[in-house]
Amino acid sequence: MNKSIKFVGVGGQGTILAAKIMCNVLINAGYDVKMSEIHGMSQRNGSVSSEIRYGDKVFSPVIERGSADILISFEQMEAARNIDYLKKDGILIVNNHKINSMVTLNGKVPYPKDIIKTISNKVKTYSLEAQQFANELGNVKVVNLIMLGVLSKILLSKPLEWEKAIEENVKPQFLDINLKAFKIGQNQVR
Amino acid sequence: MRKILSGNEAIARGVFEAGVHFASAYPGTPSTEILQNVSTYKEIIAEWASNEKVALESVIGASIAGGRSFAAMKHVGVNVAADPLFTFSYTGVTGGCVLVTADEPGMYSSQNEQDNRNYAKFAKIPMMEPSNSQESKDMIIDAYNISEKYDSVVLFRMTTRVCHSKSIVELGERKKIDIIPYVKKFDKYVAVPAIGRKLRHKVEYRTNRLKEYSEISKWNYEIDNNSKTGVISSGISFEYAKEAFGDTVSYLKLGFTNPLPNKLISDFCDKYDKVYVIEENDPYIEEFIKILGKKCIGKDLFPYTGEMTPDVIKKYALSENFDSIELDEELFVGRPPTFCSGCPHRGFFYELGKKRNQIIVSGDIGCYSLAVGEPYNIMDWLICMGASLSSGHGAQKILDLDPNNKKRIVSIIGDSTFFHTGINSLINTVYNGGKTINVILDNRTTGMTGQQDNPGTGYKLQGEYSTVLDIEAMVKAIGIKHVRKIDPNNLQVVKETIDWALELNEISVIITSWPCVLKKKYREEDYELYNDMWKTKDVVIPDKCTGCKLCLKSGCPSLIFDPGNKKVIIDSNTCVGCDICLQICPFDAIVKEGFDE
Repeated sequence: MNKSIKFVGVGGQGTILAAKIMCNVLINAGYDVKMSEIHGMSQRNGSVSSEIRYGDKVFSPVIERGSADILISFEQMEAARNIDYLKKDGILIVNNHKINSMVTLNGKVPYPKDIIKTISNKVKTYSLEAQQFANELGNVKVVNLIMLGVLSKILLSKPLEWEKAIEENVKPQFLDINLKAFKIGQNQVR
Repeated sequence: MRKILSGNEAIARGVFEAGVHFASAYPGTPSTEILQNVSTYKEIIAEWASNEKVALESVIGASIAGGRSFAAMKHVGVNVAADPLFTFSYTGVTGGCVLVTADEPGMYSSQNEQDNRNYAKFAKIPMMEPSNSQESKDMIIDAYNISEKYDSVVLFRMTTRVCHSKSIVELGERKKIDIIPYVKKFDKYVAVPAIGRKLRHKVEYRTNRLKEYSEISKWNYEIDNNSKTGVISSGISFEYAKEAFGDTVSYLKLGFTNPLPNKLISDFCDKYDKVYVIEENDPYIEEFIKILGKKCIGKDLFPYTGEMTPDVIKKYALSENFDSIELDEELFVGRPPTFCSGCPHRGFFYELGKKRNQIIVSGDIGCYSLAVGEPYNIMDWLICMGASLSSGHGAQKILDLDPNNKKRIVSIIGDSTFFHTGINSLINTVYNGGKTINVILDNRTTGMTGQQDNPGTGYKLQGEYSTVLDIEAMVKAIGIKHVRKIDPNNLQVVKETIDWALELNEISVIITSWPCVLKKKYREEDYELYNDMWKTKDVVIPDKCTGCKLCLKSGCPSLIFDPGNKKVIIDSNTCVGCDICLQICPFDAIVKEGFDE
């Protein structure tokens, strides 16, 4: 049975790297994997998403609405924007963090309230303060590895070699902090 | 060795393995990464061309001279390259030649949804369409065999999802292909009318041979699942159809799609009770089937626009709708792309916006297109690469027919787009006595597609130094008297320069010169020119901020208005100290914070 995971966030949050590491992990475990992303606006504060599908044999690289097993959102509003991709019995992993858009930035429209509260009433939700953990580690950029750590605990699959894939995808000087971030993420799920 | 590659990376790998000698392209989503990846193979000469026509022409020359050659472009780029393409079809090749067109069903990053499969039919050249990364690599290698065997350039049609989705690819070795020694072939390459008439027959003969090949090509095959329903498909639509129907239908998978296989398709249609044609954009295969007099279900059922993703197929063919979690739409608002913090376009558009009642703005393709949106809302039209200067010229001529006209046209173009086709447009305006205000936003890179080098950056694609095109000198050389080159981050200068241009009753050029904040490669001269860039931050003194929101009109994403205490704060993680907001603030509430060496 094929599985689908959708990564969403805002340009610059490192969603693409997280998806890339996930991809490598799955390939090393022997799965057929396809990944899809829409490029273009990722560096200009736009919404970004990466989609991974894996299993014995995968045809389509895109995830249909209502069919993702896991939605992993690096930002609150992006979780709401993409929740229709999640299966009704799927799982949402969300970073409890707000990033303003051009529309909310100037104060014309308020940033929506109670997003996580509303969503968690409808679907199984893991919410965490990834931003705060990353700041404590001293580098806000490792939010993506914290999120990936959570994902690694929630994913039901054969054993996966995460550390190896992380090592292959991050610069040596940042390996230590990224592995720490990944562990913090893992420790959030019991 | 197996590797996960995007379609674009797989094409580059295929080009390498096919022993290609020369490659050229102009960047454009979703094709850009193809040549970027080709350029990593040092065995291949890889060049950014100034535009797609130039790219294809360089590649034609390389083929005539006996090398295997390769060009890649987005779908609208092929429009620019269409002129040489149609005659190159007549002459044929010496070294094999493949042209990639990257189409955009759904228009994620494009102005239209044209289906470039029509170009293959129109130019009478063979065409191939891969469905995934492995096929992208394998097919392009075979495309070179077809190109040389049938003496024709091959059109290789990709779409966004094939370009940008990743799947597993088995890698091979590079084939050693020798350059074919040059021999003058007057009757083949000199396309004067007398020779053109002879070549026209050769093209027809080639098409007939290709029709025979299409019937037996390994890229066109049936998957018989012992069903009553058949599906004919090509490209990514085939993968979508497999996902939606699985083994409940039989398939005719088409990979070689011009000319289409007459007999293979007829036999398939005769064999099944019901035949669906699943294809994105135009009914290209469907119309062929209907000309054959066969029945099929195509665009009468499926949408004529957008992607044919599995949910679309399920909805229309199987009446299955997706079931998903529903949320109140108030829980999210739009997140449109915007100019980055420190973008050198910000200061210019902020000042230009103050003149909006006096001007009409003719736009072009690039990052500055984002000025169509909040908070600038400033473009009156946007057509295609290079069109700002020329369409602005035509518009000004019509406006000026009214003797009382006061409206001035301001045409906006970026450096790379100016080199692409803007130069010709500007020459035309000078020549025909136009009076437009022409603004070249020189951010020292090709920004929108991801910081590619161009004739103005001083670097070539494979990293070597190059000559730097001097825009100011060039503009003067074509006969423009009124030229000013300014720093767009100095609002007073920007304001004075716009006023200066508006007062002139003649053509003028304003060049704004400051690097893109994302630009990675600089030359020593650049550091001297753009002193102290990005070394500081701007901060708000809370006591002085009155909450007037004037600074927010700059549209900088680092400025955050706190509705609680009604004051602005600056996000120090993203601010690069461009000082635009500092200059706007009428209360001196924003100040520069020290150097961060």
